[in-house]
Amino acid sequence: MSTTTGTAVALRSTLRVATAGSVDDGKSTLIGRLLHDTKTVFEDQLAAVVKASRRYGDGETNLALLTDGLRAEREQGITIDVAHRYFATPQRSFIVADTPGHAQYTRNMVTGASNADVAIVLVDARHGVLEQTRRHAFIATLLGVKSIVVAVNKMDLVDWDETEFDLIAKEVIEYVQALPTPVPVTAIPLSALLGDNVVDASSNTPWYDGPPLLQWLEDFDADPRTEVGGRLHVQRVIRPQGGEFADFRGYAGVVNGGGFAVGDEVTIEPSGNRAVIKALHRAGKPVHSAENGHAVVIELTTTIDVARGDVLVATEGTVVPHIGESVEAEVCWMVDQPLTVGSRWWFKHGTRTGRATVTAIDYRHDLASLDREPTESLELNTLGRVRLLLSEPIVADRYIDNPEGGRMILIDEATNSTAGALMITAVNR
Amino acid sequence: MSTTTHLESLTDEAITIIREVATECQNPVLLFSGGKDSAVLLHLAVLAFAPARLPFPVMHVDTGHNFAEVIEYRDQFVRDVGARLVVASVQESIDKGRVVEDTGPRASRNRLQSVTLLDAMIEHGFDAAFGGGRRDEDKARAKERILSFRDHQGRWDPRQQRPEPWDVLNARIRKGEQLRAFPLSNWTELDIWQYIAVHDLALPTIYYSHTRTVVERDGMLLAVGGPVVAEPGEVPYEAVVRYRTVGDASCTGAVESTAANVHDVIIEVAAARITERGATRADDTFSESAMEDRKREGYF
Repeated sequence: MSTTTGTAVALRSTLRVATAGSVDDGKSTLIGRLLHDTKTVFEDQLAAVVKASRRYGDGETNLALLTDGLRAEREQGITIDVAHRYFATPQRSFIVADTPGHAQYTRNMVTGASNADVAIVLVDARHGVLEQTRRHAFIATLLGVKSIVVAVNKMDLVDWDETEFDLIAKEVIEYVQALPTPVPVTAIPLSALLGDNVVDASSNTPWYDGPPLLQWLEDFDADPRTEVGGRLHVQRVIRPQGGEFADFRGYAGVVNGGGFAVGDEVTIEPSGNRAVIKALHRAGKPVHSAENGHAVVIELTTTIDVARGDVLVATEGTVVPHIGESVEAEVCWMVDQPLTVGSRWWFKHGTRTGRATVTAIDYRHDLASLDREPTESLELNTLGRVRLLLSEPIVADRYIDNPEGGRMILIDEATNSTAGALMITAVNR
Repeated sequence: MSTTTHLESLTDEAITIIREVATECQNPVLLFSGGKDSAVLLHLAVLAFAPARLPFPVMHVDTGHNFAEVIEYRDQFVRDVGARLVVASVQESIDKGRVVEDTGPRASRNRLQSVTLLDAMIEHGFDAAFGGGRRDEDKARAKERILSFRDHQGRWDPRQQRPEPWDVLNARIRKGEQLRAFPLSNWTELDIWQYIAVHDLALPTIYYSHTRTVVERDGMLLAVGGPVVAEPGEVPYEAVVRYRTVGDASCTGAVESTAANVHDVIIEVAAARITERGATRADDTFSESAMEDRKREGYF
């Protein structure tokens, strides 16, 4: 970023954060507090919230109204859908997804958490760990957050009792460590309402020697991901057809799994043909190389059959992608119509779409015991392991190896709604 | 460590969304008002398909209450990028009796745009419309997905939004339904201005400091001479102002500002204590849920 713009240069990459946890554990209030105490709330927004708080009969200014923006949410005092908010400190920029706690809106929580680096799981210190706390922690780790912060909230209502805090922290840490895909957990005692340990350290917790929440988020660095090698799921073939670029043929898409540079050899999957990168363009400009997340156009040295849905794979990559029609995946189910053996859906993986038939349901996860229960169907808001047969092969990675290459959605054929979020565990011919 | 800046990440994300929707939908259109957000959106759309031409037309929903500089800018920008411009006219909707105009000093054509937009989408067979809406603009927008589905009346139902996991966009719709795509969802006002600086993007001159005759109404500075007429008791005066947003001239206010270029504006925006809509849109201060109500009626 140009330093002539008069604004601070962020030291770290943007952090995407999602809240999680049960109803009334204070997620929206915490985000409101973060925004307020980082001076991100504008005067007119605060004035509107003060006015609305009075109207809805809240005693004090209700900071949750900063993110609960829908009329139905304000009337009921709950969060129904995810709100995205943005703020920046001199350290870094944050994108925050404030998600709903009600079980019936779990699909909206999945939407918010799917892009998050970190999940803040709130727990009401008076009530401890609830089913929704476990469900959200499970979903967040399955979706691949890199770390979980347990915000033990409303500590003022348990007299800042260290023992209460330790019990909750221990329970969440043990639960997360027992999950199929555990991540590091940090616990922070705080009061979102009063602001203790949110932005500023609290004098009420002399026994706590960790940082306040904001500082933890500012300092967080994910372990660098192990790269599998560059992949580009072709979105579209760019062909100017005439003029000075009549011979131009470029493949547009987002780089994932690693990087590409001019001169690299790529394998076009699933055909297996090979070609060399002649040129790379990003945002209309030629570049020598491109990395994870870059939206590029790739030109190849040879004219070759490449279409939307095909994948360019760096031949020098360290992990060979899995190709096939037979898929095993963990799934979060998000519509009323259950997923059953034999049911048919549309699928979308990368830029490939087609039909999918459910061939088996291996099990459903019991969120409390973590047992794998045999089942005939997966209902709304449940998690489980399924097997699918696709109408055409996909070029995929295991989700744990490369999330961008390992995620897939199922779409309801009748309503077109996104029905399931899938994290691929295996692909076979 | 990644060397990708925040602005570059937002740019990658927006270009990816534009390409995906343009490829999955049959007949998309990009909504272009000549305002700063739609200028950034159109600029990104051109980059997304370069060196090929923009594969879809752009549409201006014209309230008839325009700033002359903005219309001039709109036509020039569209000519420069070689796009086809469709103008959907609110005045025509009024003339045809599709909508009835409010009257009085606080009447605005903003709300009427929903009908004109929907009629034009049906007339031209557009199934998807790209908009420059940002989630930081308003609390209802903050709730909206990147792909926002609208029924055959163009209505948004905030309680029935599709899940949108990751960036795997599901653009499937049934015949008669429509899609609104917001590639700038995750941008803030400051990000927009930084993009304008980095890409040296021209904007209508009214975004920069100039002298204008205004009246103060409901705490907002409204330019007189166009659709706004001074009411008894209102004394027009000359002020040094700029516009933070550009919309219907009857309800878009100016702010006092000496920011004469993009760098001055960035410093001003970074220090601003009032949101852009709060400072400049009379229609959004009417009620607590003005934006949500308009969206439920088919607004952008």
